[in-house]
Amino acid sequence: MSLFLSVLEQGMIYAIMGLGVYITYKILDFPDLTVDGSFPLGASIAAAMISRDMNPLLAVFVSFFAGAIVGICTGVIHVKFKVRDLLAGIIMMTALYTVHIRTSGRANLPIYGKATIFDNAIVNRVFSGALAPYATVVIIFIITMLSKYLLDWYLSTKSGFMLRAVGDNETIVTSTGLDKGMIKIIGLSISNALVTMSGCIYAQQQRFYDASMGPGTVVIGLASVIIGLSLFKKISFMRVTSSVVIGSILYKACVALAIKAGLPSTDLKMITAILFLVILIVTMDRKKKRISADQYFDGGDGKTGGNLPAGAAGGDQPAGNEAAEGGAPNA
Amino acid sequence: MLELKHIDKTYNAGTVNEHELFHDFNLSIGEGEFVSVVGSNGSGKTSMLNVICGSIDIEKGSVLINGTDITNQKDFQRHRRIGRVFQDPAKGTCPSMNIVENLSIADNKGRRFGLSRGINRQRIDFYRETLAALGLGLENKMDIPVGSLSGGQRQALALIMATLTPIEFLILDEHTAALDPKTAELIMELTDRIVKEKKITTIMVTHNLRYAVSYGSRMLMMHQGNIILDKSGEEKEKLQVDDILNLFNEISIEVGN
Repeated sequence: MSLFLSVLEQGMIYAIMGLGVYITYKILDFPDLTVDGSFPLGASIAAAMISRDMNPLLAVFVSFFAGAIVGICTGVIHVKFKVRDLLAGIIMMTALYTVHIRTSGRANLPIYGKATIFDNAIVNRVFSGALAPYATVVIIFIITMLSKYLLDWYLSTKSGFMLRAVGDNETIVTSTGLDKGMIKIIGLSISNALVTMSGCIYAQQQRFYDASMGPGTVVIGLASVIIGLSLFKKISFMRVTSSVVIGSILYKACVALAIKAGLPSTDLKMITAILFLVILIVTMDRKKKRISADQYFDGGDGKTGGNLPAGAAGGDQPAGNEAAEGGAPNA
Repeated sequence: MLELKHIDKTYNAGTVNEHELFHDFNLSIGEGEFVSVVGSNGSGKTSMLNVICGSIDIEKGSVLINGTDITNQKDFQRHRRIGRVFQDPAKGTCPSMNIVENLSIADNKGRRFGLSRGINRQRIDFYRETLAALGLGLENKMDIPVGSLSGGQRQALALIMATLTPIEFLILDEHTAALDPKTAELIMELTDRIVKEKKITTIMVTHNLRYAVSYGSRMLMMHQGNIILDKSGEEKEKLQVDDILNLFNEISIEVGN
Protein backbone atom coordinates (compact mmCIF):
# COMPACT_ATOMS: atom_id res chain seq x y z
CA MET A 1 0.00 0.00 0.00
CA SER A 2 2.76 2.42 0.91
CA LEU A 3 4.52 1.55 -2.35
CA PHE A 4 1.32 2.32 -4.25
CA LEU A 5 0.95 5.64 -2.45
CA SER A 6 4.54 6.64 -3.07
CA VAL A 7 4.21 5.78 -6.78
CA LEU A 8 1.11 7.98 -6.97
CA GLU A 9 2.78 10.80 -5.06
CA GLN A 10 5.99 10.84 -7.07
CA GLY A 11 4.20 10.11 -10.32
CA MET A 12 1.96 13.13 -9.90
CA ILE A 13 4.82 15.41 -8.80
CA TYR A 14 6.80 14.38 -11.86
CA ALA A 15 3.63 14.82 -13.93
CA ILE A 16 3.84 18.59 -13.37
CA MET A 17 7.37 18.44 -14.80
CA GLY A 18 6.00 16.21 -17.58
CA LEU A 19 3.46 18.90 -18.49
CA GLY A 20 6.35 21.32 -18.87
CA VAL A 21 8.27 18.88 -21.07
CA TYR A 22 5.07 18.34 -23.08
CA ILE A 23 5.03 22.05 -23.94
CA THR A 24 8.60 22.08 -25.22
CA TYR A 25 8.88 18.62 -26.74
CA LYS A 26 5.45 18.14 -28.27
CA ILE A 27 4.07 21.63 -28.78
CA LEU A 28 7.22 23.64 -29.55
CA ASP A 29 9.21 20.71 -30.99
CA PHE A 30 12.12 21.96 -28.89
CA PRO A 31 14.17 19.31 -27.02
CA ASP A 32 14.78 21.41 -23.93
CA LEU A 33 17.59 20.09 -21.71
CA THR A 34 17.24 23.10 -19.39
CA VAL A 35 14.86 20.83 -17.48
CA ASP A 36 17.81 18.96 -15.94
CA GLY A 37 18.82 22.23 -14.32
CA SER A 38 15.50 23.85 -13.55
CA PHE A 39 14.11 20.83 -11.68
CA PRO A 40 16.89 20.82 -9.02
CA LEU A 41 16.71 24.62 -8.99
CA GLY A 42 13.16 24.27 -7.68
CA ALA A 43 14.36 21.75 -5.11
CA SER A 44 17.14 24.04 -3.93
CA ILE A 45 14.75 27.00 -3.65
CA ALA A 46 12.49 24.84 -1.51
CA ALA A 47 15.36 23.69 0.70
CA ALA A 48 16.87 27.16 1.04
CA MET A 49 13.57 28.80 1.98
CA ILE A 50 12.15 26.07 4.17
CA SER A 51 15.41 25.56 6.11
CA ARG A 52 15.04 29.24 7.03
CA ASP A 53 11.47 28.56 8.22
CA MET A 54 9.87 30.50 5.40
CA ASN A 55 6.37 29.73 4.14
CA PRO A 56 6.51 26.48 2.09
CA LEU A 57 3.69 27.63 -0.20
CA LEU A 58 5.63 30.81 -0.91
CA ALA A 59 8.55 28.60 -1.98
CA VAL A 60 6.26 27.02 -4.60
CA PHE A 61 5.39 30.43 -6.05
CA VAL A 62 9.00 31.66 -5.90
CA SER A 63 10.20 28.56 -7.74
CA PHE A 64 7.46 28.98 -10.36
CA PHE A 65 8.64 32.50 -11.16
CA ALA A 66 12.33 31.54 -10.96
CA GLY A 67 11.59 28.80 -13.50
CA ALA A 68 9.80 31.28 -15.74
CA ILE A 69 12.94 33.46 -15.76
CA VAL A 70 15.13 30.42 -16.49
CA GLY A 71 12.89 29.58 -19.46
CA ILE A 72 13.14 33.15 -20.74
CA CYS A 73 16.97 32.86 -20.57
CA THR A 74 16.96 29.63 -22.61
CA GLY A 75 14.58 31.27 -25.06
CA VAL A 76 16.67 34.40 -25.46
CA ILE A 77 19.84 32.33 -25.99
CA HIS A 78 18.06 30.33 -28.68
CA VAL A 79 15.98 33.03 -30.35
CA LYS A 80 18.04 36.20 -30.04
CA PHE A 81 21.55 34.73 -30.18
CA LYS A 82 20.51 32.00 -32.62
CA VAL A 83 22.11 29.16 -30.63
CA ARG A 84 20.71 25.74 -31.59
CA ASP A 85 17.93 24.44 -29.33
CA LEU A 86 19.90 21.53 -27.84
CA LEU A 87 22.95 23.71 -27.17
CA ALA A 88 20.87 26.47 -25.61
CA GLY A 89 19.48 23.88 -23.19
CA ILE A 90 22.91 22.41 -22.43
CA ILE A 91 24.33 25.87 -21.68
CA MET A 92 21.49 26.66 -19.29
CA MET A 93 21.59 23.22 -17.67
CA THR A 94 25.31 23.58 -16.95
CA ALA A 95 25.00 27.13 -15.67
CA LEU A 96 22.04 26.22 -13.47
CA TYR A 97 24.11 23.55 -11.70
CA THR A 98 26.07 26.36 -10.09
CA VAL A 99 22.93 28.40 -9.51
CA HIS A 100 21.09 25.72 -7.58
CA ILE A 101 24.11 24.81 -5.45
CA ARG A 102 24.58 28.50 -4.66
CA THR A 103 20.89 28.92 -3.87
CA SER A 104 20.93 26.22 -1.21
CA GLY A 105 24.50 27.02 -0.18
CA ARG A 106 25.67 23.40 -0.45
CA ALA A 107 25.29 20.30 -2.58
CA ASN A 108 22.94 18.58 -0.16
CA LEU A 109 20.45 20.19 2.18
CA PRO A 110 17.92 18.18 4.22
CA ILE A 111 14.80 19.87 5.57
CA TYR A 112 13.60 17.29 8.08
CA GLY A 113 11.31 18.52 10.81
CA LYS A 114 10.43 21.75 9.02
CA ALA A 115 6.96 22.77 7.87
CA THR A 116 6.26 21.89 4.23
CA ILE A 117 3.11 22.10 2.11
CA PHE A 118 2.49 18.47 3.13
CA ASP A 119 3.29 18.80 6.78
CA ASN A 120 2.12 21.90 8.62
CA ALA A 121 -0.39 22.85 11.28
CA ILE A 122 -3.35 23.23 8.90
CA VAL A 123 -2.75 20.02 6.96
CA ASN A 124 -2.23 18.04 10.14
CA ARG A 125 -5.51 19.32 11.55
CA VAL A 126 -7.49 18.41 8.41
CA PHE A 127 -5.83 15.03 7.89
CA SER A 128 -5.78 13.60 11.39
CA GLY A 129 -5.87 10.02 12.58
CA ALA A 130 -6.52 7.41 9.89
CA LEU A 131 -6.45 10.04 7.12
CA ALA A 132 -2.89 11.13 7.88
CA PRO A 133 -1.10 8.81 5.41
CA TYR A 134 -3.21 10.19 2.57
CA ALA A 135 -2.49 13.87 3.18
CA THR A 136 0.46 14.04 0.79
CA VAL A 137 -1.22 12.24 -2.07
CA VAL A 138 -4.36 14.36 -1.81
CA ILE A 139 -2.43 17.63 -1.75
CA ILE A 140 -0.30 16.56 -4.72
CA PHE A 141 -3.43 15.51 -6.58
CA ILE A 142 -4.92 18.98 -6.07
CA ILE A 143 -1.76 20.78 -7.22
CA THR A 144 -1.28 18.54 -10.24
CA MET A 145 -4.90 18.86 -11.35
CA LEU A 146 -4.72 22.61 -10.86
CA SER A 147 -1.61 22.76 -13.05
CA LYS A 148 -3.23 20.53 -15.64
CA TYR A 149 -6.45 22.56 -15.85
CA LEU A 150 -4.55 25.84 -15.93
CA LEU A 151 -2.46 24.55 -18.83
CA ASP A 152 -5.60 23.26 -20.60
CA TRP A 153 -7.18 26.65 -20.14
CA TYR A 154 -4.09 28.49 -21.39
CA LEU A 155 -3.88 26.33 -24.50
CA SER A 156 -7.46 27.26 -25.37
CA THR A 157 -6.79 31.00 -25.22
CA LYS A 158 -5.63 33.12 -28.15
CA SER A 159 -2.12 33.25 -26.73
CA GLY A 160 -2.21 29.46 -26.30
CA PHE A 161 -3.36 29.05 -29.89
CA MET A 162 -0.26 30.87 -31.06
CA LEU A 163 1.92 28.64 -28.87
CA ARG A 164 0.39 25.59 -30.54
CA ALA A 165 0.75 27.21 -33.95
CA VAL A 166 4.45 28.04 -33.57
CA GLY A 167 5.38 24.40 -33.07
CA ASP A 168 3.02 23.29 -35.79
CA ASN A 169 3.93 25.76 -38.52
CA GLU A 170 6.12 28.78 -37.79
CA THR A 171 5.14 30.43 -41.07
CA ILE A 172 1.57 30.88 -39.86
CA VAL A 173 2.75 32.85 -36.86
CA THR A 174 4.76 35.21 -39.06
CA SER A 175 1.83 35.47 -41.49
CA THR A 176 -0.40 36.45 -38.58
CA GLY A 177 1.93 39.35 -37.88
CA LEU A 178 3.48 38.03 -34.69
CA ASP A 179 7.10 37.45 -33.71
CA LYS A 180 7.56 33.68 -33.58
CA GLY A 181 10.68 34.08 -31.44
CA MET A 182 8.67 35.84 -28.76
CA ILE A 183 6.11 33.04 -28.66
CA LYS A 184 8.84 30.42 -28.31
CA ILE A 185 10.24 32.36 -25.37
CA ILE A 186 6.79 32.44 -23.73
CA GLY A 187 6.44 28.68 -24.24
CA LEU A 188 9.86 27.93 -22.76
CA SER A 189 9.06 30.20 -19.87
CA ILE A 190 5.80 28.42 -18.98
CA SER A 191 7.46 25.05 -19.44
CA ASN A 192 10.36 25.76 -17.12
CA ALA A 193 8.09 27.43 -14.58
CA LEU A 194 6.16 24.15 -14.31
CA VAL A 195 9.36 22.09 -14.14
CA THR A 196 10.89 24.24 -11.41
CA MET A 197 7.66 24.19 -9.43
CA SER A 198 7.64 20.41 -9.73
CA GLY A 199 11.22 20.31 -8.36
CA CYS A 200 10.17 22.48 -5.44
CA ILE A 201 7.28 20.17 -4.56
CA TYR A 202 9.48 17.12 -4.99
CA ALA A 203 12.01 18.47 -2.48
CA GLN A 204 9.21 19.17 0.00
CA GLN A 205 7.90 15.63 -0.34
CA GLN A 206 11.37 14.03 -0.14
CA ARG A 207 12.47 16.52 2.52
CA PHE A 208 15.86 17.15 1.02
CA TYR A 209 17.63 18.81 -1.86
CA ASP A 210 20.54 17.12 -3.58
CA ALA A 211 22.61 18.53 -6.44
CA SER A 212 22.48 15.16 -8.17
CA MET A 213 18.68 15.33 -8.53
CA GLY A 214 18.96 17.00 -11.91
CA PRO A 215 20.47 14.58 -14.43
CA GLY A 216 17.85 12.33 -15.96
CA THR A 217 14.90 14.59 -15.23
CA VAL A 218 14.31 15.38 -18.88
CA VAL A 219 14.36 11.65 -19.69
CA ILE A 220 11.65 11.02 -17.10
CA GLY A 221 9.65 13.89 -18.54
CA LEU A 222 9.99 12.66 -22.11
CA ALA A 223 9.13 9.11 -21.06
CA SER A 224 5.95 10.33 -19.33
CA VAL A 225 4.90 12.33 -22.36
CA ILE A 226 5.57 9.53 -24.82
CA ILE A 227 3.91 6.80 -22.71
CA GLY A 228 0.90 8.99 -22.09
CA LEU A 229 0.43 10.11 -25.66
CA SER A 230 0.95 6.72 -27.28
CA LEU A 231 -1.26 4.82 -24.82
CA PHE A 232 -4.19 7.19 -25.00
CA LYS A 233 -4.01 8.66 -28.48
CA LYS A 234 -7.02 6.61 -29.57
CA ILE A 235 -9.20 7.96 -26.78
CA SER A 236 -10.31 11.22 -28.27
CA PHE A 237 -12.29 12.60 -25.34
CA MET A 238 -9.23 12.48 -23.11
CA ARG A 239 -7.15 15.62 -22.91
CA VAL A 240 -3.51 15.25 -23.87
CA THR A 241 -2.51 16.79 -20.55
CA SER A 242 -4.40 14.03 -18.69
CA SER A 243 -2.52 11.46 -20.74
CA VAL A 244 0.78 13.02 -19.68
CA VAL A 245 -0.21 12.84 -15.99
CA ILE A 246 -1.18 9.17 -16.28
CA GLY A 247 1.94 8.47 -18.34
CA SER A 248 4.06 9.92 -15.59
CA ILE A 249 2.40 7.76 -12.92
CA LEU A 250 2.82 4.63 -15.07
CA TYR A 251 6.46 5.41 -15.64
CA LYS A 252 7.10 5.83 -11.91
CA ALA A 253 5.29 2.53 -11.33
CA CYS A 254 7.62 0.76 -13.79
CA VAL A 255 10.70 2.17 -12.05
CA ALA A 256 9.28 1.25 -8.64
CA LEU A 257 8.64 -2.32 -9.82
CA ALA A 258 12.20 -2.61 -11.10
CA ILE A 259 13.54 -1.52 -7.72
CA LYS A 260 11.06 -3.80 -5.97
CA ALA A 261 12.30 -6.70 -8.11
CA GLY A 262 15.65 -6.41 -6.37
CA LEU A 263 17.69 -3.90 -8.31
CA PRO A 264 19.67 -1.59 -6.00
CA SER A 265 18.39 1.98 -5.91
CA THR A 266 21.83 3.21 -7.02
CA ASP A 267 20.95 1.75 -10.43
CA LEU A 268 18.08 4.21 -10.72
CA LYS A 269 19.51 6.27 -13.58
CA MET A 270 20.31 3.14 -15.60
CA ILE A 271 16.76 1.89 -15.06
CA THR A 272 15.44 5.30 -16.09
CA ALA A 273 17.51 5.30 -19.27
CA ILE A 274 16.79 1.72 -20.33
CA LEU A 275 13.09 2.09 -19.62
CA PHE A 276 13.01 5.21 -21.78
CA LEU A 277 14.80 3.38 -24.60
CA VAL A 278 12.34 0.51 -24.38
CA ILE A 279 9.42 2.95 -24.50
CA LEU A 280 10.88 4.69 -27.53
CA ILE A 281 11.33 1.39 -29.36
CA VAL A 282 7.90 0.08 -28.42
CA THR A 283 6.01 3.23 -29.35
CA MET A 284 8.22 4.01 -32.38
CA ASP A 285 7.61 7.67 -31.79
CA ARG A 286 10.47 8.76 -34.04
CA LYS A 287 9.44 6.69 -37.04
CA LYS A 288 5.85 7.86 -36.90
CA LYS A 289 7.02 11.42 -36.85
CA ARG A 290 8.88 10.97 -40.11
CA ILE A 291 5.92 9.42 -41.88
CA SER A 292 3.59 12.15 -40.78
CA ALA A 293 6.03 14.76 -42.07
CA ASP A 294 5.83 13.15 -45.49
CA GLN A 295 2.07 13.19 -45.31
CA TYR A 296 2.16 16.91 -44.65
CA PHE A 297 4.04 17.43 -47.86
CA ASP A 298 1.73 15.20 -49.77
CA GLY A 299 -1.29 16.88 -48.29
CA GLY A 300 -2.29 13.42 -47.06
CA ASP A 301 -3.74 12.80 -50.47
CA GLY A 302 -2.00 10.15 -52.52
CA LYS A 303 -3.79 11.18 -55.68
CA THR A 304 -2.21 14.61 -55.78
CA GLY A 305 1.24 13.20 -56.46
CA GLY A 306 -0.01 10.72 -59.02
CA ASN A 307 -1.84 13.25 -61.12
CA LEU A 308 0.96 15.78 -61.26
CA PRO A 309 2.81 14.56 -64.38
CA ALA A 310 -0.39 14.73 -66.44
CA GLY A 311 -0.90 18.34 -65.47
CA ALA A 312 2.68 19.40 -66.07
CA ALA A 313 1.73 20.73 -69.48
CA GLY A 314 -0.28 23.43 -67.77
CA GLY A 315 2.89 24.66 -66.17
CA ASP A 316 2.84 22.89 -62.82
CA GLN A 317 6.23 23.18 -61.30
CA PRO A 318 8.25 20.05 -60.52
CA ALA A 319 9.71 19.94 -57.04
CA GLY A 320 13.28 20.28 -58.33
CA ASN A 321 12.70 23.80 -59.56
CA GLU A 322 11.75 25.00 -56.16
CA ALA A 323 15.04 23.75 -54.80
CA ALA A 324 16.92 25.57 -57.54
CA GLU A 325 15.22 28.86 -56.92
CA GLY A 326 14.89 28.53 -53.18
CA GLY A 327 18.52 27.50 -52.85
CA ALA A 328 19.97 30.93 -53.36
CA PRO A 329 18.32 32.76 -50.45
CA ASN A 330 19.31 30.00 -48.04
CA ALA A 331 22.97 30.04 -49.00
CA MET B 1 0.31 51.43 -53.68
CA LEU B 2 3.46 49.36 -53.38
CA GLU B 3 6.82 50.66 -54.48
CA LEU B 4 10.19 48.98 -54.75
CA LYS B 5 12.87 51.62 -55.27
CA HIS B 6 16.47 51.08 -56.42
CA ILE B 7 16.70 47.59 -54.91
CA ASP B 8 20.13 45.90 -54.93
CA LYS B 9 20.31 42.26 -53.91
CA THR B 10 23.41 40.08 -54.14
CA TYR B 11 23.47 36.45 -53.08
CA ASN B 12 26.61 34.95 -51.49
CA ALA B 13 28.37 38.32 -51.45
CA GLY B 14 32.13 38.04 -51.11
CA THR B 15 32.35 34.41 -52.21
CA VAL B 16 33.13 32.78 -55.56
CA ASN B 17 29.42 32.11 -55.91
CA GLU B 18 28.59 35.81 -55.70
CA HIS B 19 25.53 36.49 -57.79
CA GLU B 20 23.99 39.90 -58.22
CA LEU B 21 20.31 39.34 -58.84
CA PHE B 22 18.82 42.82 -58.54
CA HIS B 23 20.66 45.94 -59.55
CA ASP B 24 18.64 49.13 -59.29
CA PHE B 25 15.39 47.20 -59.47
CA ASN B 26 12.26 49.34 -59.54
CA LEU B 27 8.62 48.39 -59.49
CA SER B 28 5.43 50.16 -58.62
CA ILE B 29 2.07 48.48 -58.20
CA GLY B 30 -1.06 50.58 -57.97
CA GLU B 31 -4.09 50.22 -55.73
CA GLY B 32 -6.37 47.37 -56.81
CA GLU B 33 -4.06 45.90 -59.45
CA PHE B 34 -3.90 42.13 -59.88
CA VAL B 35 -0.40 41.48 -61.18
CA SER B 36 0.66 38.10 -62.48
CA VAL B 37 4.39 37.46 -62.67
CA VAL B 38 6.05 34.87 -64.90
CA GLY B 39 9.67 34.07 -65.62
CA SER B 40 12.11 31.18 -65.67
CA ASN B 41 13.70 29.75 -62.56
CA GLY B 42 16.24 32.08 -61.03
CA SER B 43 14.69 35.10 -62.72
CA GLY B 44 14.00 36.68 -59.34
CA LYS B 45 10.24 36.23 -58.99
CA THR B 46 10.31 34.62 -55.57
CA SER B 47 13.17 36.86 -54.48
CA MET B 48 11.02 39.86 -55.36
CA LEU B 49 8.19 38.53 -53.17
CA ASN B 50 10.69 37.87 -50.38
CA VAL B 51 11.98 41.44 -50.66
CA ILE B 52 8.43 42.76 -50.38
CA CYS B 53 7.61 40.53 -47.40
CA GLY B 54 10.95 41.14 -45.68
CA SER B 55 11.89 37.45 -45.73
CA ILE B 56 15.34 38.32 -47.14
CA ASP B 57 17.60 41.32 -46.56
CA ILE B 58 18.56 43.72 -49.32
CA GLU B 59 21.79 45.70 -49.69
CA LYS B 60 20.27 48.88 -51.03
CA GLY B 61 16.94 50.42 -51.86
CA SER B 62 13.62 50.83 -50.15
CA VAL B 63 10.18 49.23 -49.99
CA LEU B 64 7.18 51.53 -49.58
CA ILE B 65 3.55 50.75 -48.92
CA ASN B 66 1.19 53.67 -49.54
CA GLY B 67 4.09 56.04 -49.09
CA THR B 68 5.32 54.58 -45.77
CA ASP B 69 8.83 53.20 -45.83
CA ILE B 70 8.72 49.63 -44.47
CA THR B 71 12.30 48.68 -45.43
CA ASN B 72 13.36 48.45 -41.80
CA GLN B 73 10.31 46.54 -40.62
CA LYS B 74 10.73 42.87 -39.73
CA ASP B 75 8.87 40.24 -41.76
CA PHE B 76 6.20 39.64 -39.11
CA GLN B 77 5.48 43.37 -38.83
CA ARG B 78 5.01 43.65 -42.60
CA HIS B 79 2.66 40.69 -42.61
CA ARG B 80 0.16 42.70 -40.58
CA ARG B 81 -0.83 44.36 -43.85
CA ILE B 82 0.13 41.53 -46.19
CA GLY B 83 -1.48 38.13 -46.71
CA ARG B 84 0.60 35.39 -48.31
CA VAL B 85 -0.22 31.99 -49.77
CA PHE B 86 2.67 29.63 -50.47
CA GLN B 87 3.29 26.89 -53.00
CA ASP B 88 3.33 24.25 -50.26
CA PRO B 89 -0.24 23.90 -48.92
CA ALA B 90 1.21 22.85 -45.55
CA LYS B 91 2.69 26.32 -45.02
CA GLY B 92 -0.59 28.17 -44.85
CA THR B 93 -2.31 26.17 -42.11
CA CYS B 94 -1.57 24.49 -38.79
CA PRO B 95 -1.85 20.73 -39.37
CA SER B 96 -2.58 19.60 -35.80
CA MET B 97 -5.26 22.23 -35.20
CA ASN B 98 -8.77 21.92 -36.58
CA ILE B 99 -10.41 24.17 -39.17
CA VAL B 100 -12.22 26.35 -36.65
CA GLU B 101 -9.03 26.88 -34.65
CA ASN B 102 -7.11 27.74 -37.81
CA LEU B 103 -9.75 30.22 -38.92
CA SER B 104 -9.87 31.74 -35.43
CA ILE B 105 -6.15 32.44 -35.58
CA ALA B 106 -6.48 34.06 -39.01
CA ASP B 107 -9.56 35.98 -37.88
CA ASN B 108 -7.66 37.55 -34.99
CA LYS B 109 -4.80 38.83 -37.15
CA GLY B 110 -3.88 42.39 -36.28
CA ARG B 111 -5.48 42.13 -32.85
CA ARG B 112 -4.04 41.10 -29.50
CA PHE B 113 -3.41 37.42 -28.83
CA GLY B 114 -4.12 37.59 -25.12
CA LEU B 115 -5.81 35.34 -22.62
CA SER B 116 -9.33 35.54 -23.97
CA ARG B 117 -10.90 32.41 -25.42
CA GLY B 118 -9.21 31.29 -28.62
CA ILE B 119 -12.42 30.52 -30.48
CA ASN B 120 -15.07 33.18 -30.82
CA ARG B 121 -18.29 31.13 -30.89
CA GLN B 122 -20.26 33.94 -32.49
CA ARG B 123 -18.06 33.70 -35.57
CA ILE B 124 -18.57 29.98 -36.17
CA ASP B 125 -21.67 30.48 -38.33
CA PHE B 126 -19.75 32.97 -40.42
CA TYR B 127 -16.89 30.47 -40.82
CA ARG B 128 -19.37 27.78 -41.85
CA GLU B 129 -20.93 30.02 -44.51
CA THR B 130 -17.51 31.03 -45.84
CA LEU B 131 -16.47 27.39 -46.12
CA ALA B 132 -19.76 26.32 -47.64
CA ALA B 133 -19.26 28.86 -50.41
CA LEU B 134 -16.15 26.93 -51.48
CA GLY B 135 -18.20 23.86 -52.34
CA LEU B 136 -15.52 21.54 -50.98
CA GLY B 137 -17.55 20.15 -48.11
CA LEU B 138 -15.22 21.71 -45.57
CA GLU B 139 -18.15 23.11 -43.60
CA ASN B 140 -18.86 19.58 -42.37
CA LYS B 141 -15.29 18.97 -41.28
CA MET B 142 -14.84 21.98 -39.05
CA ASP B 143 -13.56 20.02 -36.05
CA ILE B 144 -11.10 17.68 -37.71
CA PRO B 145 -7.35 18.45 -37.81
CA VAL B 146 -6.33 20.30 -40.96
CA GLY B 147 -3.43 17.85 -41.41
CA SER B 148 -5.89 15.21 -42.57
CA LEU B 149 -7.31 17.34 -45.38
CA SER B 150 -6.13 17.00 -48.98
CA GLY B 151 -3.64 19.45 -50.47
CA GLY B 152 -6.33 21.26 -52.43
CA GLN B 153 -8.63 21.60 -49.43
CA ARG B 154 -5.75 22.94 -47.39
CA GLN B 155 -4.75 25.43 -50.03
CA ALA B 156 -8.35 26.66 -50.25
CA LEU B 157 -8.36 27.06 -46.48
CA ALA B 158 -4.98 28.83 -46.61
CA LEU B 159 -6.38 31.26 -49.16
CA ILE B 160 -9.45 31.94 -47.01
CA MET B 161 -7.22 32.43 -43.97
CA ALA B 162 -4.86 34.83 -45.75
CA THR B 163 -7.77 37.04 -46.82
CA LEU B 164 -10.07 36.73 -43.81
CA THR B 165 -9.04 40.04 -42.27
CA PRO B 166 -8.72 43.25 -44.29
CA ILE B 167 -5.24 43.25 -45.83
CA GLU B 168 -3.60 45.72 -48.20
CA PHE B 169 -1.72 43.16 -50.28
CA LEU B 170 -2.16 39.56 -51.21
CA ILE B 171 0.98 37.70 -52.24
CA LEU B 172 0.51 34.41 -54.08
CA ASP B 173 3.73 32.47 -54.41
CA GLU B 174 3.02 29.80 -57.07
CA HIS B 175 0.06 28.81 -54.96
CA THR B 176 -1.41 26.38 -57.50
CA ALA B 177 1.87 24.69 -58.48
CA ALA B 178 1.64 21.77 -56.04
CA LEU B 179 -1.95 20.89 -56.91
CA ASP B 180 -3.43 18.59 -59.53
CA PRO B 181 -4.80 20.40 -62.63
CA LYS B 182 -8.43 20.21 -61.58
CA THR B 183 -7.78 21.44 -58.06
CA ALA B 184 -5.42 24.11 -59.36
CA GLU B 185 -8.24 25.38 -61.59
CA LEU B 186 -10.60 25.47 -58.65
CA ILE B 187 -8.14 27.36 -56.43
CA MET B 188 -7.42 29.81 -59.26
CA GLU B 189 -11.12 30.56 -59.73
CA LEU B 190 -11.52 30.96 -55.98
CA THR B 191 -8.55 33.34 -55.94
CA ASP B 192 -10.03 35.45 -58.69
CA ARG B 193 -13.37 35.58 -56.90
CA ILE B 194 -11.84 36.65 -53.58
CA VAL B 195 -9.56 39.23 -55.16
CA LYS B 196 -12.46 40.78 -57.07
CA GLU B 197 -14.88 40.66 -54.13
CA LYS B 198 -12.49 42.18 -51.64
CA LYS B 199 -10.65 44.38 -54.17
CA ILE B 200 -7.25 43.39 -52.80
CA THR B 201 -4.08 44.48 -54.56
CA THR B 202 -2.54 41.15 -55.57
CA ILE B 203 0.78 39.87 -56.85
CA MET B 204 0.72 36.33 -58.18
CA VAL B 205 3.83 34.45 -59.22
CA THR B 206 3.00 31.51 -61.45
CA HIS B 207 4.55 29.10 -63.91
CA ASN B 208 1.22 28.53 -65.53
CA LEU B 209 1.23 30.89 -68.53
CA ARG B 210 -2.46 30.36 -69.13
CA TYR B 211 -3.30 31.61 -65.63
CA ALA B 212 -0.95 34.54 -66.10
CA VAL B 213 -2.69 35.49 -69.33
CA SER B 214 -6.31 34.91 -68.36
CA TYR B 215 -6.26 36.27 -64.80
CA GLY B 216 -5.23 39.63 -63.49
CA SER B 217 -5.09 43.17 -64.79
CA ARG B 218 -1.33 43.37 -65.41
CA MET B 219 1.39 40.95 -66.35
CA LEU B 220 5.11 41.08 -65.69
CA MET B 221 7.77 38.83 -67.13
CA MET B 222 11.06 38.66 -65.32
CA HIS B 223 14.47 37.57 -66.51
CA GLN B 224 17.77 37.67 -64.61
CA GLY B 225 16.50 40.17 -62.08
CA ASN B 226 14.93 42.52 -64.63
CA ILE B 227 11.38 43.10 -65.77
CA ILE B 228 11.46 42.46 -69.52
CA LEU B 229 7.73 42.64 -70.16
CA ASP B 230 5.14 44.77 -68.42
CA LYS B 231 1.66 44.82 -69.93
CA SER B 232 -1.54 46.14 -68.45
CA GLY B 233 -4.99 47.23 -69.54
CA GLU B 234 -5.87 46.57 -73.15
CA GLU B 235 -2.38 45.37 -74.02
CA LYS B 236 -2.70 42.71 -71.35
CA GLU B 237 -6.13 41.68 -72.67
CA LYS B 238 -4.65 41.04 -76.09
CA LEU B 239 -1.79 38.88 -74.82
CA GLN B 240 -1.81 35.23 -75.83
CA VAL B 241 -0.05 32.29 -74.27
CA ASP B 242 1.91 31.84 -77.51
CA ASP B 243 3.30 35.39 -77.35
CA ILE B 244 4.81 34.69 -73.96
CA LEU B 245 6.06 31.28 -75.00
CA ASN B 246 7.86 32.87 -77.95
CA LEU B 247 9.42 35.42 -75.66
CA PHE B 248 10.53 32.61 -73.34
CA ASN B 249 12.21 30.87 -76.26
CA GLU B 250 13.98 34.05 -77.36
CA ILE B 251 15.43 34.49 -73.90
CA SER B 252 16.57 30.89 -73.81
CA ILE B 253 18.42 31.32 -77.11
CA GLU B 254 20.09 34.47 -75.82
CA VAL B 255 21.32 32.66 -72.74
CA GLY B 256 22.43 29.78 -74.90
CA ASN B 257 20.14 27.07 -73.61
